[in-house]
Amino acid sequence: MSGAIANELTCKELVELITDYFEDRLPTDENRRFELHVCTCTGCRVYLAQMRALVRAAGRLAEKDLPAAVRENLLRTFRDWKRGAAEP
Amino acid sequence: MVGLSQPLLGPELERASATASSGSARERLDGGDALLLDALRRGDESAFSRLVDLHHASMVRVARLYVATVAAAEEVAQEAWLGVLQGLERFEGRCTLKAWIFAIVANCAKRRGVSDKRTVPMSSLAEDDAGGASVEPDRFLEDSHARWPGHWSQPPEAWGADRLVSRETLEAIASAMETLPPMQRAVMTMRDVEGLGSEETCQVLGLSEANQRVLLHRARSKVRKALESYMHEGEVSP
Repeated sequence: MSGAIANELTCKELVELITDYFEDRLPTDENRRFELHVCTCTGCRVYLAQMRALVRAAGRLAEKDLPAAVRENLLRTFRDWKRGAAEP
Repeated sequence: MVGLSQPLLGPELERASATASSGSARERLDGGDALLLDALRRGDESAFSRLVDLHHASMVRVARLYVATVAAAEEVAQEAWLGVLQGLERFEGRCTLKAWIFAIVANCAKRRGVSDKRTVPMSSLAEDDAGGASVEPDRFLEDSHARWPGHWSQPPEAWGADRLVSRETLEAIASAMETLPPMQRAVMTMRDVEGLGSEETCQVLGLSEANQRVLLHRARSKVRKALESYMHEGEVSP
């Protein structure tokens, strides 16, 4: 007797499809198999949650610190450009 | 700072930023970017200052994908700003302003690479490590397992929400990304750190959509693996 439903995705397969799933690139039936599997598998639900958490956390790496000297330098570039653009 | 004589964009972005025939010219520009562009073209310094706030740090990160030091990346970003100003008149908003700026940064960085040996080689997809399982195969039961073939034998454990937002965790993610092959790091940086869409990421990096997706998958899978080790052992695995 097998505990796995015929044609069901395995966990090992699912972890390779996760990006296609996030990107909405799975064919409809594959997408259904993916979601069916996640419904019944705690391990894969955790894996999915970890991936989502990772993507969210990576977004926080985009800090925007800007030293005053860098800004000043860039504003000088802007003024030079503006002067140059105004000349015939 | 030297003037830029060569075209700064690859053919794809040149096409994307070239004059639109009708109506569609502003399709990719959100209202904020459109207003900012109008003000910039009028020579409004506060609009430029705002643009610097929005994009400079990102531009340095993008440049850092191509050059080996932060100092070199800072120089590339400064050069790219001049390219942005000089290209303003020609930008028609057929890609987002951010993607257009990133493409200019990438091209400045690549051109610098011709004369600068410190530049990081951007390998093609083929040169990036081929395949490799996203999760160690020994975390799963054998395919021949009578009852649960391919099912987790050592399933992942949930991460605490408090640890996920800690500065140390973010540093672990950043250093795991540093160890990725260059193209994987570039794709994950564009998509997950900078928040570009897949189409824009492909335009900036010159990738097909399918390749971009494969690279993103490998990158995220490896960083997840490293983060898992970090969460359990307090250190990032190589």
